[in-house]
Amino acid sequence: MLELIQQLVNGLSLGAIYALIALGYTMVYGIIKLINFAHGDVMMVGAFVGYFSVTLLGTNILVAMLAAMAVCAFLGVIIEKVAYRPLRNATRIASLITAIGVSFLLEYLTIFLIGPNQKVFPASAFTVKAYDIAGLSILNKDVFVFVSALVLMVILQYIIKYTKTGKAMRAVSLDMEAAVLMGISVDKTISMTFAIGSALAAAAGVMVGVYYNTINPLMGIIPGLKAFVAAVLGGIGIIPGAMVGGFVMGLLETMVSGYGNSLYRDAVAFGVLILILLIKPTGIFGKDSGEKV
Amino acid sequence: MQTKKISWPRFLVETAVLVALFTLVQYGITTRMLDQYVQINLTSMCINIILAVSLNLINGFTGQLSLGHAGFMAVGAYTAVILTTKLDYPFLAGLVGSAMAAGLAGFVIGVPTLRLKGDYLAIATLALGEIIRVTLQNIDYINGPAGISGIPKLTTWAWLFGAVVLTIIVVVNLVNSSYGRAIISVREDEIAAELMGINTTKYKVLAFVIGASFAGIAGALYGHYFYIIKPETFNFMKSFDILVMVVLGGLGSTTGAVIAAIFVTILTAVLQPFPEIRMILYALILIIVMIYRPQGLMGNKELGRQTLGRIWGIRR
Repeated sequence: MLELIQQLVNGLSLGAIYALIALGYTMVYGIIKLINFAHGDVMMVGAFVGYFSVTLLGTNILVAMLAAMAVCAFLGVIIEKVAYRPLRNATRIASLITAIGVSFLLEYLTIFLIGPNQKVFPASAFTVKAYDIAGLSILNKDVFVFVSALVLMVILQYIIKYTKTGKAMRAVSLDMEAAVLMGISVDKTISMTFAIGSALAAAAGVMVGVYYNTINPLMGIIPGLKAFVAAVLGGIGIIPGAMVGGFVMGLLETMVSGYGNSLYRDAVAFGVLILILLIKPTGIFGKDSGEKV
Repeated sequence: MQTKKISWPRFLVETAVLVALFTLVQYGITTRMLDQYVQINLTSMCINIILAVSLNLINGFTGQLSLGHAGFMAVGAYTAVILTTKLDYPFLAGLVGSAMAAGLAGFVIGVPTLRLKGDYLAIATLALGEIIRVTLQNIDYINGPAGISGIPKLTTWAWLFGAVVLTIIVVVNLVNSSYGRAIISVREDEIAAELMGINTTKYKVLAFVIGASFAGIAGALYGHYFYIIKPETFNFMKSFDILVMVVLGGLGSTTGAVIAAIFVTILTAVLQPFPEIRMILYALILIIVMIYRPQGLMGNKELGRQTLGRIWGIRR
């Protein structure tokens, strides 16, 4: 029983990371119906910005995270402007292939500029300590990841529910044409969505650096795919769904590594995806809406 | 319905061209005019052509974006290698077996997933391709992640050439048949096709299974040329490689797929020392082609005698 709780605790911080990445997927999908394949790689860029901020500028981890968020918000806006905006009225397959292209571009430009080797997140940035609470061993890095992810999610909820930008985002995702008629600048709102989603991914990237201790230019692929599964699991386009989906995926993954065969860890995530797509493609929180001709 | 008569002069000319091409390269190989380096790239080129043409049947003609082609290649490669090395069957049996196994995998995967549309299908096929790879990694009989090595080199130019010709003939004839028209109608408008009484699922699965079988053959040829197969070789990056060829050539153009496969193979060979630059170029190709020419360089046009005629200024 204690071990089960221990696994749950371990899974929570991983789940928080997946949830943060999944939020970006779901927000972008909700607004322009695009699976932003490059999202995991934005997370990778965020991790590297955090790494360089810590190693070169000697900042502490929180400043590094904020720096990564700022840089990636900017990067997200540029990606949308250059690659996705010209394709807004193209077929979804064309946009998807472009997104795959952007993903490659980020990965291999990073390899080209920084090299393919993995970098070790400096220990000075975050000293790992273990606390013993009621027989459970709780690492301070898990607490850090979980708490900061939670804070970011609360801020996101506030932005979406109570600010003008958030209202505009909800309006555009509901009906783009009607939103234009109401005087909402669709371009600006979509840029804003990419900025917020990418900033969350960057924060997740720095957390991955703290959590796994190493970062490399291809680190975004697998967490990106798993976060996508999380977004689909929760119901893509639905923000609370992405959060729940992220935690479910994180817990599931720790359970499989803890009790089963860790080699099957990735296969389980993909298996979950197939099952949802076949049983309830709209996800846990999704509502069925019939196809219109 | 018009019935096409076989044009014998054309058939003979085409056969003669093929025989001449085959003999020329075979002569080059036996006299060692084409060295090892050229031969390896020639082999990759043929395998890439088979992969691109077969994926184009699924992605281009049927309009179902599949990102799991490398998975079928893996199934074919492993089946053929098990048949020839562990069970001592001849190479031909290995090839047939690989096509059947990959086709079966295509059927098992295709029936449930082809109900999905567009990007969901793309992700589902990507996931299934990865599941195939992870499963292969966990089977001890085939050495798990280490893979099988010391495979006899049975893939010769004759087999490669034969497989390429067979792939192209099957795909071209399928596309030009009534089946092909049904397949294309699914791409153009699935709902309209259904209303016309076309069993869309049947044609989607058919295209998927045929495409998967040829990917299996490509995998078998690959395994019996490069001595070693590992699950890691067939990860989703390999599927993306094939996708780049299909997108570059034109979604729905067999000649486009062939040209793009040749181009990409040459590009890969030239940029061998700089793998990052190759991938950056791939990325830029994908983005720029999609923004400026989303139907691919050739679109759905075929490079045929009419186009060639126009280029040479000959009026037909």
